[in-house]
Amino acid sequence: MRPFTYERAEDAAGAAKAAAEAPGAKFLAGGTNLLDLMKLEIERPTHLIDVGRLPLGQIEPTAEGGLRIGAMATNSAAASDRHVRTLYPLLSHALVSGASAQLRNKATIGGNLMQRTRCGYFYDPAKPCNKREPGAGCSALEGDARGNAIFGASDACVATHSSDMAVALSALEAKVETVTPGGSTRTIALDDLHRLPGDRPEVETDLAVGELITAVLLPPPPAGRQEYRKVRDRASYAGGLFSLALAGDRLAMGAVALKPWRARKAEAALAAGASAAEAVAAELETAQATGRNTFKITLARRVMTDALGGTLEGATVR
Amino acid sequence: MPLREAPTVAFEITVNGEVRQVDVDVRTTLLDLLREHLGLPGTKKGCDHGQCGACTVLVEGKRINSCLSLAVMHEGEAITTIEGIGLPGNLHPLQAAFLERDAFQCGYCTPGQICSALGMLAEVRRGEPSQATEDMSALAIALTDAEIRERMSGNICRCSAYPQILEAIRDVAGPAAGVSA
Repeated sequence: MRPFTYERAEDAAGAAKAAAEAPGAKFLAGGTNLLDLMKLEIERPTHLIDVGRLPLGQIEPTAEGGLRIGAMATNSAAASDRHVRTLYPLLSHALVSGASAQLRNKATIGGNLMQRTRCGYFYDPAKPCNKREPGAGCSALEGDARGNAIFGASDACVATHSSDMAVALSALEAKVETVTPGGSTRTIALDDLHRLPGDRPEVETDLAVGELITAVLLPPPPAGRQEYRKVRDRASYAGGLFSLALAGDRLAMGAVALKPWRARKAEAALAAGASAAEAVAAELETAQATGRNTFKITLARRVMTDALGGTLEGATVR
Repeated sequence: MPLREAPTVAFEITVNGEVRQVDVDVRTTLLDLLREHLGLPGTKKGCDHGQCGACTVLVEGKRINSCLSLAVMHEGEAITTIEGIGLPGNLHPLQAAFLERDAFQCGYCTPGQICSALGMLAEVRRGEPSQATEDMSALAIALTDAEIRERMSGNICRCSAYPQILEAIRDVAGPAAGVSA
């Protein structure tokens, strides 16, 4: 780990201001992702602003019938919260399907959104990566990368976003509340928080330098069922190869892009009366594989078709 | 050019009921603080990246990976390590159950397994759901074997004593632990 200076934030606006004024500063909340990357010297902050003790852990109903989840609530606390479990069981499911219990006890909701990709080449300093070193090149493009994105990738980056929670939040049409270095509050749709790689894969979110996430805002729960499905190499404590969040008539996919992928084409097709198979085909029409991740398109078709109650090749998919 | 010196930080932390004053490089993880500075080598360093669970300790009663936490983040907090759970001659029932069930071979992951299991049983008592929980809205958890396996997935045992670990936890939890909540 490279040397850094450390301060404990007194309040959210002060933390944002301090972060904007100190080049090389990073916020530290649970630390489960940041400290891991600092040990590998992939993250090299020169100053840490510990926001973990800010009083931003409250989970409370909003006047609009939704829920406000403070950014410093741990993943465990949010998954276990009575309101989340009864009104947004999809979110509880997504949270407990990520990481391990120890990590969930430490990792925060804000940090979960800011976690970095688990692309193996991003984690391997011996190989070029445009996220680590802009302009260096992407090793995953022609590498052994069965985890690569199938939507929204570019020649510069084919990584995926690793959060299960964010996939659920996309289907729930959540918003993210922030405080800016100037001290004002801003609200961003979850779907607008993360960026696709384009030619600047090192810029991962729409947040300004120093801007701090203070809460996740959920609108009232949608009518209809909620479900989270995750497919991975082992039954527990593994990143997803594909995941699907279903909330009423809204669908979002995980592990397919550098952000949660809201399946708006499938939603529109279903709303227009298409069958499950037709809706899924409409969504996957633009999916692009880079080679070893071709299976993801098949996996996506099967999981989505089954979740939507459709049949594939004459039989219900199991 | 002189090397840039890493700042040190002095603070108070309670470990196994004892208040300790420490003054360490700010980069020191909670795991290294325990092992290298406080003479408590019971907590083990496995992967040092949060993947194996060998470093699991309880912070304010909740289990975390001590390798992925800076010690300074825990200023003023209460840490429980395996040494604070039970020592030879005065074993915690879960430690005794691990011996009875032969729930280890090399033993390296065992302190983490035991701290994790104690944290896990408290989570079940509080009604916290897991991926194995059928009904997210049910506020009492039935501690089935599937629940124990899922909830312990953050602790790897390369000797693969998993069936015996499950039995040892089951011995202490009882057949229907958590159902009454």
